Amino acid sequence: MDEPKLKEHVINRDWCKGCGICVHFCPKKVLELDDGDKAFAKRPEDCICCKLCEFMCPDLAIEIISSRGTARRAPTKGLL
Amino acid sequence: MAIKDYIRERFFPHIWCPGCGHGMVLNGLLRAIEKIGLDKNEIVMVSGIGCSARISGYVDFHTMHTIHGRALAFATGIKMSRPELKLIVPMGDGDALAIGGNHFIHAARRNMDMTAIVINNRVYGMTGGQFSPLSGYGTMSTTSPYSNIDHAFDVVELSVAAGASFVGRTTTYHAQQMADILGQAIIHKGFSVVEIMSQCPTYFGRKNRLGSAIDMLEHFKENTTPIGSKAKQKNPDLIERGIFVQKKIPEYCDEYKKIIERAVKD
Repeated sequence: MDEPKLKEHVINRDWCKGCGICVHFCPKKVLELDDGDKAFAKRPEDCICCKLCEFMCPDLAIEIISSRGTARRAPTKGLL
Repeated sequence: MAIKDYIRERFFPHIWCPGCGHGMVLNGLLRAIEKIGLDKNEIVMVSGIGCSARISGYVDFHTMHTIHGRALAFATGIKMSRPELKLIVPMGDGDALAIGGNHFIHAARRNMDMTAIVINNRVYGMTGGQFSPLSGYGTMSTTSPYSNIDHAFDVVELSVAAGASFVGRTTTYHAQQMADILGQAIIHKGFSVVEIMSQCPTYFGRKNRLGSAIDMLEHFKENTTPIGSKAKQKNPDLIERGIFVQKKIPEYCDEYKKIIERAVKD
């Protein structure tokens, strides 16, 4: 089965409140907070499209656009 | 349909604090509804008062923002008049079990087809951090500065005892399990209760020195375990999560319809 390929992290800066949940729980440490305390994709090439950030964001501010609509299962244990 | 199609974007960003678990519940709930493929017009969301109750303003279903603790009573009225609609009733811990405690147990007993979501952050966040019936013994709050001497309800045990036909528990950390259990609860025909342990970093977290929202989520990860796990036998203090009860018993609106048919015949 093909791995989904990342196209884009769509982060809504107006909705992001900088809680850092996505930054902390990203299994590949792709995201970071910028100077304005807003999440951004620092290392998008490491993204595995597990969509954990999208599922956990309390502000509905992140969307992962990938080559396949369905999410790959998050590697973090215990989420299911 | 993407989850953005189910929200009223004009009201975003929402009023909840950074890292608040209520937003994560909204996220999980929308994903559950999207997965089931329900139409917006099939769903009615009824909420009471409190931070959690603001959720009804953000979703683009039929919504009612009603009075404190009485969301289930309003939902009962709607369900009786329009039994074909799917009722979702998100409540806070105080809204569901203190102010609305009586409505809660009797709604569970009647087994009317609706989904009650108890978003349990163990504090009254909107009014300034007073302790709730789910804060628990030994916790700190603005109204228990020398620690709380009240013991907490167990939402799952209470719901099972009250007769709910679907009872589940999860946490905001377990985002995929949350969406899964909420989906099953919505599909279930009968009264469903889903307790979602949630974080209030602003009040409960700060008063009890639990750290940031991230620390509180890590706390949920470390202190919960799937139902019947080996970890629970080793450490009985772990809180179990999963589906505790899922049974088929006669549903209230169906039974009421039968009564009407019998009465009309006579």
